[in-house]
Amino acid sequence: MADQKLVTLSIEGVEVSVPKGTMILEAAKQAGVLIPHYCYHPGLPIAGVCRMCLIEIEGTPKLQIGCATEVAQGQVVKVFGDEALKARESVLEFLLIHHPLDCPICDQAGECELQNYVFQEGRSNTRYAEYAKRFSPVEDFGADVLYVPNRCILCTRCVRFMEHVADEPVLNVSERGDRAFIGIHPDATLDHEWAGNVVDLCPVGSLISKDFLHKARAWELDRTPSVCTGCSQGCNINLDTRSDIVVRIRPRPNPEVNRHFICDTGRMHYRWMNRGDRIEAPLILRGEELQATDWDHALSEVARLVSGSSGRAVVLISPNASNEAMFLAKRLVAQFTATLAFRVERVDGEIPLSGVPGLALRAERAANVAGATALGYRDDFAAAVRAIEGASLVIVVADDLEGVSREALQKAVNTVYLGTVLPDTARGATLVLPVANTAEEDGTLVNRDGRVQRYLQAKSAPGMARPAWWILGEVLKELGRGESLFSADEAFALMAEAEGQFRGLSYANLGMHGSTMSEARV
Amino acid sequence: MGYPHKPHDKETVILSEYFGDAEARSYAGWVKRGGYKALKASLEMQPAEVIEIVKSSGLRGRGGAGFPTGVKWSFMPKEKSKPHYLCCNADEAEPGTFKDREIMRWTPHALIEGCAIAQYAIQAEITYIYIRGEFTEPLRIMQAALDDAYGNGVLGDDAMGSGRRLDMYIHRGAGAYICGEETALMNSIEGQRGNPRIRPPFPAASGVFGMPTTINNVETLAAVPHIINRGPEWYKGLSLNNEKSSGTKLFSVAGHIQRPGNYEVTMGFPLGELINDLCGGMRQGRTLKACIPGGSSVPILNREETESCLLDYEGCVEMGTMLGSGGVIVFDDSADMVYQTMRLARFYAHESCAQCTQCREGTGWTVRILERILAGQGEQKDLDLLLDLADQMTGKTICVLSDSCAAVVISTIKRFRNEFEAYIAGTREPAVVAVGVG
Amino acid sequence: MEQTTPYSQVFVGDNRKRLDEVLTRYPAKRAGLLAALWMVQEQHGWVSDEAMAETASVLGLTPSYIKGVVTFYTMYHQHPVGKTFVQVCTTTPCNICGAEEVVEAFLEHTGCDDLGATSPDGKFTVIEVECLGACGFATPVMMNEDVIENVTPEKVPDLVKQYS
Repeated sequence: MADQKLVTLSIEGVEVSVPKGTMILEAAKQAGVLIPHYCYHPGLPIAGVCRMCLIEIEGTPKLQIGCATEVAQGQVVKVFGDEALKARESVLEFLLIHHPLDCPICDQAGECELQNYVFQEGRSNTRYAEYAKRFSPVEDFGADVLYVPNRCILCTRCVRFMEHVADEPVLNVSERGDRAFIGIHPDATLDHEWAGNVVDLCPVGSLISKDFLHKARAWELDRTPSVCTGCSQGCNINLDTRSDIVVRIRPRPNPEVNRHFICDTGRMHYRWMNRGDRIEAPLILRGEELQATDWDHALSEVARLVSGSSGRAVVLISPNASNEAMFLAKRLVAQFTATLAFRVERVDGEIPLSGVPGLALRAERAANVAGATALGYRDDFAAAVRAIEGASLVIVVADDLEGVSREALQKAVNTVYLGTVLPDTARGATLVLPVANTAEEDGTLVNRDGRVQRYLQAKSAPGMARPAWWILGEVLKELGRGESLFSADEAFALMAEAEGQFRGLSYANLGMHGSTMSEARV
Repeated sequence: MGYPHKPHDKETVILSEYFGDAEARSYAGWVKRGGYKALKASLEMQPAEVIEIVKSSGLRGRGGAGFPTGVKWSFMPKEKSKPHYLCCNADEAEPGTFKDREIMRWTPHALIEGCAIAQYAIQAEITYIYIRGEFTEPLRIMQAALDDAYGNGVLGDDAMGSGRRLDMYIHRGAGAYICGEETALMNSIEGQRGNPRIRPPFPAASGVFGMPTTINNVETLAAVPHIINRGPEWYKGLSLNNEKSSGTKLFSVAGHIQRPGNYEVTMGFPLGELINDLCGGMRQGRTLKACIPGGSSVPILNREETESCLLDYEGCVEMGTMLGSGGVIVFDDSADMVYQTMRLARFYAHESCAQCTQCREGTGWTVRILERILAGQGEQKDLDLLLDLADQMTGKTICVLSDSCAAVVISTIKRFRNEFEAYIAGTREPAVVAVGVG
Repeated sequence: MEQTTPYSQVFVGDNRKRLDEVLTRYPAKRAGLLAALWMVQEQHGWVSDEAMAETASVLGLTPSYIKGVVTFYTMYHQHPVGKTFVQVCTTTPCNICGAEEVVEAFLEHTGCDDLGATSPDGKFTVIEVECLGACGFATPVMMNEDVIENVTPEKVPDLVKQYS
C-alpha cells in the first residue's frame, strides 16, 4: 500500500487523498460523507444497477454513479447538489411505487436502508396513482431464509453474494423489467453454510431470517460486539439483545478475519447463551448435599483447599473459556505438579467461504484452542482424567464433564467446579461456583490464526454468577498472591506481563479487531 | 415491398444491388458478382492500413449510434497480447428497422466478407454474428453461406491462403431487444442474461470473455467491402448535406405509406422526398401527421419538420431528432398518437432488462399513466408527471433504453399535446387498450 | 402444467455431438447455453425445470443460473405450448397497420380463449410480440419457425387451416 499512488480530490468541500483506483463512494467515507446506495457493498463485486449513488462531478455533464467511478486528481464532487438530490429522490420514488407499506409488519423496520434514505432524501408522498401493487406470496428459499418478493428492490446483492462470494449461483434474477424478482430453481435450496449472509446483505426486508421472524423490533435491540465461539475461526459478531436475552447474532465487519460475513452455524449459535438452567449461587458440599452459600464463604473455602493441598493438581478447562480465565486457573495451581488440559469437538471437514481467503467454518468447534495451547494447556483430556486419581486438587472450568463419572471425579481429594450449568458428575464436587458465559462477561479469545480478540458483555449473568477471571482473581487474593481484579482488562494486563506471547498487548491496543500474538500461528 | 423489385431512380444502389437476386446467396454467385475481391485485397495489406482506409471513408455505425467505424476499430490494441474478437450485431429489433434482415437474406456473403475484412483489421481470430432468434430465414441463409465460405477456403485457419486464421460463427439470440446493445450482446454471447454492462471497461479493452472486442452493425460491415474496392474517397464523396455523414444508408420505411420497404439513398437525402416520392406518399385520402426517422428510440417529428429534415446524422440533430437506425415510421392523420406513445412505452417496458431502477420501474409506470389517460381517466397533472419521469429516466442509467422511452414521451407530448389533452378533457372517446404490461 | 411423461434426456447421441461442436467455438462452456437451450426446445417444445437441471450438469452451471437465463429470453417457453406457436407483432409500425385486428382474428380462428392460452385442441397458442424486424411487411406473424409476411385478418383463416 505504501507505494501506491495517491489521488487528491474534494468531496463536499472536504479534501481527501486516497489510493489511485479507489471509487468515489469509498473515498467519500473518508470525507465523512455517506453517499446513499443499495447495490454497492464492499464485500461484493460492483454492479452499478440501483442508481441510488448518483452524484455530480464538476466538469462532467451527466451525473455519475459513485460506486463505479474512480477518483481523479483534482476532482470536485458534489453529493448533495440539487441535480443529484433530485435524481436520488426520483430513484426512491421509483423504488416505492411497488414497494408495499409493510413497515408495521416488516422485520427490517428500524434498520432498513429504504426507510433511512427515504427519510433523508425521499419525497414525502408518492405520485403513483395506478393499479395496486404486487401481490406475490412469500417464498421459502430453504434453510433460514424467506423471500418476500413484494419488498424486493432488485439490488441483486444476494445473487452476487451467492455467485461470487459463496461460489454457488443458487439465486438468480428471473424475468425482465418490472416483472423481475429473485428466483431459485425448484430443486435448489439456500442450504449453503454461508447463505444466511444474504439476509444481512438485503437492504430491505425482502430476504429475512425465519429464526428472527417477528421476534423483536430493531430499535428495541442493544448491540454488543463479541466473538463467535462456534469454531476456531473467531468471526467477529454483534450480539443483539432485548431485555437481557440474546435474540440474534449478526456478523461484525473485520477485514482480517471474516470481512462482512458469518456462517449459518455461528449465526444460530446463541440459544445456549440464554439457558435458564443455570447455577445461580456458589454451592458447597455438606455431607451428600450441595448447599448454597455466599461468595465470601465460598472464596475463602477455595483458598483454604488450595493452600491446604500439595502434590498433583488437574485443571480441566473449556476451550471456549477466556484467556484471562485460563491464565488465572493456571496461576492458581502454580505450586502443584499440574496437568492442564482441554478437549475440543472436531468434525470432519471445513466449509470455506470461497470468496474470502482464510475464512471457513472450521473443524475445531471451539473458539480458544489457540489461547489454551499458548497458555500451556494440552489437548489430552483422557490423560488429565486419568491424572485425577491421586490428585489433591481438581479444578474444572466450564467443561461439562460428559463421559467422566462422579466416582472418577471423587478420586481426587478435592474438586472445585466452575461452570454455568451443573452436570450430574459435578454434584460430587467440593465446591461449585457459578460463572458467567461468553455473553455475560468481557474477555479475550485467540483464533486459529493467533489473533487475540476482545468480546464484550452483552447481558447480565444470572443470579450470583460471576466471570471466571474474577473468581480466580479473588481466590488468588485470599491466598495473598495477588490483588483483587476489578476488570477483565486488569486480568489481561496481568497475563500480558507474564506470558510472552501476549506481551505488549492490551485491551486498548487490541481495539475491536484484535491483533496477532508474537508468534503468527500457534 | 418484397424483393425483387426495380429500385427507384433516386436510390443510390450499393448495398442493395443484389436484393432479390437469389443467385447472389451462393459463394459462386457472389464471386461472379465481384465478391471477395475486397477481402483478398485487404489480406494483402497490413491491418492498420485497412483501418486507415475505413477511417478516411467516414463510415459511421449504422446500428444507431453513428460512431465513426474506423475510429472504433483503432481502439483495439495494436500490440496483440490476447485473443481479439469481432461481434456482428444482427439483433435488429429497433421498431421500424428491417434492413439488416434484407442484407442477410439476400447478400449473406456481403456480410461475411465485411466481417472478415473487419476481423482482419482488428486482428480478431473469431467473429460472432449475433442474429436475433426470430430471424429464422436469415439464420438459415447465413449458416448456409458460412458453410459455403468455409468450404471454399474463404474462412478457416488459412483464410484465402493468407495464412491468417479467420473463424466466424453464428450465435442465435432468443428474444430480447436489449441484446442489440453492445455490451448486452456480449453478455448474451457469454451465455448470460442480456444485461448491459457498466463502462468502463470499454469493449476494446475488455469485451466478450474479457478480451478486446469490437462490435459493429450488419449494415456497417456490409459497406466495408465496397469501401475497399472503390476507395475511401469514393465513399466520402457520397454526401448530400454534411461531409461528416458519408456513404449510403438503407432506410426502412414502414407504417402509413404507399410503398413500405427498404430504400438506399445517399446520406443527406431529404426525408420528405423519401416519403412522398420514393415511397409513394400517403394512403388514399390521408395526410402526413408525424414521422419517426430513425427507429422508435429517436424523437418524433411533426409534418413540417418531416418535410424539411435531411437524412444524415447532422441533419436529423438539427431537426431535434437523430438518424438512429434509419427506421422511418410514418404516421398519417388516422394515427392515435397517444395510443402509439403508450404502445411504444409498453415496448420499452417489455424489453427493459430490469437492472436500473429508473428504467425498470419508470417504463412500466409510464405505460400505466398512458393507459389511464387513454381510458379517459387522465388529468392535466399527468402530463407534467410523464415529463418529469421522462426527465429522470434520461442520462442516469447504464444504457439508453430508458432514455429512448423518455424520448418518445417527451417528443410526442411536445408535438401532439393537443391529442393528450383531448383524452384528458374527455373530448375524445376513451380508447380500448388491448392487454397490459407483462 | 405437469410433465406427465418421464423426462427424456436431450444431450445424448447426436445432440450431444452437436453441443460439443458448438462448445468448441467459445473459450468458456457457459457460452454454449443459448444454443443448448434451443436444442432443448427443439426436442421438448419447451424448457422444463428438469431440462434446466440436465443442461446445468452438462455445462457445469447451476439450475438456478439457467432458470435466470431462460426467464430472461422470451423465446424460450417456460411451459408447454400449442403445436403451432403463433406470434403476432403489434409494436407501433405494425400496430398502426392493423396488427391488433390480426391478433383478434387469430384468437377467433384458433379457438384460443386468450393470449398465451393454448387452444382446447392443443393445436395453437397465440401471443403478441414486440417488433419482429419486418415492419415493412406488416403484419408479420411467426408460426413456429416460419415468418409469414403481410398478414391481414382476411388471410388468417387459411393460415390457421394450413397449420392445423
